[in-house]
Amino acid sequence: MSAILPPSERIWWKQSIDKLEFTWIAIALVWSLVMFAMMIWWHIYGNQNLANETYKTTKEMFAAKAQAVVDQYTVRTGTEAEKGFPVVAPPAGSDIYLIGRLWDWWPIYELEKDKTYKLHLSAMDYMHGFSLQPQNINIQVHPNYDHVIKITPNQSGTYSIVCNEYCGIGHHTMVGRLYVK
Amino acid sequence: MATTYRICPRSGLQFDTQAEKLMRFHAVAGVLSLLVGGIMALGVILTRWPAVKLLEADTFYMVLTAHGIDMLIFWIIFFEMAVLIFASSTLLRCRLATPKLAWAASVLMAIGAIMTNVAIFQGESSVMFTSYVPMMAQPHFYLGLILFAVGALIICFIFLGTLVVAKAEKTYEGSIPLVTFGALTACIIAIFTIAGGAIILIPTLLWSLGYIREIDSLMYRVVWWAMGHSSQQINVAAHVAIWYAIAAIVFGAKPMSEKVSRSAYFLYILFLQLACAHHLLSDPGLGSEWKIVNTSYFMYFAVLASMIHGMTVPGAIEQAQRLKGYNKGLFEWLRKAPWGNPAFSSMFLSLVGFGFLGGISGVMMGAEQLNMLIHNTIYVPGHFHATVVIGTTLAFMGLTYFLVPVLFKREVLFPGFAKIQPYLFGLAMYVVALVMMGAGTLGVSRRHWDMAFAGAPMAYEWPGAAYLMMGLTGIFSCIAIVGGGGWILQIVLSILFGKKLEDGEMRSTPIPLTLPAPTPGGAAHPPATPGTLVLALIFLTAFILYYFVNWKYLSSLWGLA
Repeated sequence: MSAILPPSERIWWKQSIDKLEFTWIAIALVWSLVMFAMMIWWHIYGNQNLANETYKTTKEMFAAKAQAVVDQYTVRTGTEAEKGFPVVAPPAGSDIYLIGRLWDWWPIYELEKDKTYKLHLSAMDYMHGFSLQPQNINIQVHPNYDHVIKITPNQSGTYSIVCNEYCGIGHHTMVGRLYVK
Repeated sequence: MATTYRICPRSGLQFDTQAEKLMRFHAVAGVLSLLVGGIMALGVILTRWPAVKLLEADTFYMVLTAHGIDMLIFWIIFFEMAVLIFASSTLLRCRLATPKLAWAASVLMAIGAIMTNVAIFQGESSVMFTSYVPMMAQPHFYLGLILFAVGALIICFIFLGTLVVAKAEKTYEGSIPLVTFGALTACIIAIFTIAGGAIILIPTLLWSLGYIREIDSLMYRVVWWAMGHSSQQINVAAHVAIWYAIAAIVFGAKPMSEKVSRSAYFLYILFLQLACAHHLLSDPGLGSEWKIVNTSYFMYFAVLASMIHGMTVPGAIEQAQRLKGYNKGLFEWLRKAPWGNPAFSSMFLSLVGFGFLGGISGVMMGAEQLNMLIHNTIYVPGHFHATVVIGTTLAFMGLTYFLVPVLFKREVLFPGFAKIQPYLFGLAMYVVALVMMGAGTLGVSRRHWDMAFAGAPMAYEWPGAAYLMMGLTGIFSCIAIVGGGGWILQIVLSILFGKKLEDGEMRSTPIPLTLPAPTPGGAAHPPATPGTLVLALIFLTAFILYYFVNWKYLSSLWGLA
């Protein structure tokens, strides 16, 4: 009969499966396993993986670390269009701390192309969303977690960091900047 | 409570009077939620449409919160409660277990829904559907959701109780129907979802009342998404059950294989709940191993299940049509399908859109590394408008065309509009989902008042194509709202003013279901379904291409390790 009635064959689990249906199940299973393997493969051979390095932190501790980097490597004070934020150029390989807070990304970093930096992300209040444009790399930023990602910019230019996690009425004004030379 | 039974003269279905009233209650409550959510949709879209930008920021975020909650929680879950009652009491031809408790639970759900809506429209609870901590809403925002969840949980158990009643009172023979099996899957997932996910709202309520000092934002996301995403899997199980039901009702289609379809549902029960990881792939503090195992529903076994249903539903229709003689070529069975019957056209548009747009995009963005490309962009709502609006809502709308005469005993008014409504709403939503995903691929944020970043000194300028796609999102969303609003109007007017149809025979005892004896010769060799396999292979080709295009895109980004 039909799907809204009990199966007409009482012993339905012993009925054979249609050939084409079985073919499709086999194809779909193989494709599922390929997709599963793809994520693991990319961890081994791909260059874009989020690290698993994360620390519990506090807002004060993270802010202090960011301040220390800013104190040491600030090259100039930003213009008015840069909100007067410090523009910081740490040497390649450094730990750099980016603060997400209502409604800024602070400070502005100046990085070198093809050099690797350890980027630390954390939020001071609500959650924020690190959205690097026009690269389109998007990472969730939590308060009290220090998320460490090794980044290697492969193109020079001016990048924007848009906040893409809703964080209140001024959310749309939360845009930061990052330079790659 | 003594009850009576009505035999519907149009469908032959038997309704327990108490169950019937409850179904009407939930269907109406669902449609009212859809109405509120739909009006909010208009506010959302007319603000995100860059050329219009209707609302102020605070109103926009309030309206967006209401839109998400009224649509994703209240509309869908109210309707699903009606589906649970239908799939148990009606399909198994038995009395509903504990109708008084069911009424109490239903009233609780309604109180919860109203309370949360009141909290949102008071303006102090614009925390979005997800209500992420540490952003705090008013206590009654959380309390309303908790009451609603408790009510829904009780009805889930009443559904299970009704299955027990049917078995004990022998109202059916053999195994429960496939559609009931699908509803059972939805019910099991719903219980998991509420008990394992919605429970986070209790400490959150205590936190908003000041009894708890802090809630960890990461823990909140991990637990909350066990509801947030898993509850979408209730929808999948429910709307797949409705696909099977409509195929059965319209074509008399029999499942290609009970064994395969039920096993696929069983895979849902085993693996769909892992989906909370989909939202945490770009979060700190969770290992890649955890992310990969969970985001893939453990080796994509739940995706496999959906790919199976996606083939067996049209396959069952193809078999039924071929048995009726539509045998020419690969696709005569499909060409000669009743495209003017809104129950069928809704169901078919739902199936194709869910697979091609919702399914493929969902798997792409659910790959651990690829998620970085779209996390929190408007790609995400693009994806879930394909799954929840095209997949779930359209299927529910299609079923409602069948329910109005059967359950509400009224003729559907404006049959001409009914013919085009699924296309108007469904195809417009196809375009909306596509252009939202397009804008998201370019990086445009979701939940964002102004893509021009008014007032931000370091504003970023999106490419022109992003503006174009957000404009198209606006235009086609308005068309979809006409289609959806038209549907609400049509259904409400039909229920109120449609021509009354006869009730049918009333009885004090149920008539058990008797099945005709199985036909040994005919059932053994159903026709082959080459047309469906071709459709499935087209789907797979699109899937593979799109999947690898995104890996190619990812490989061009900055090195991340």
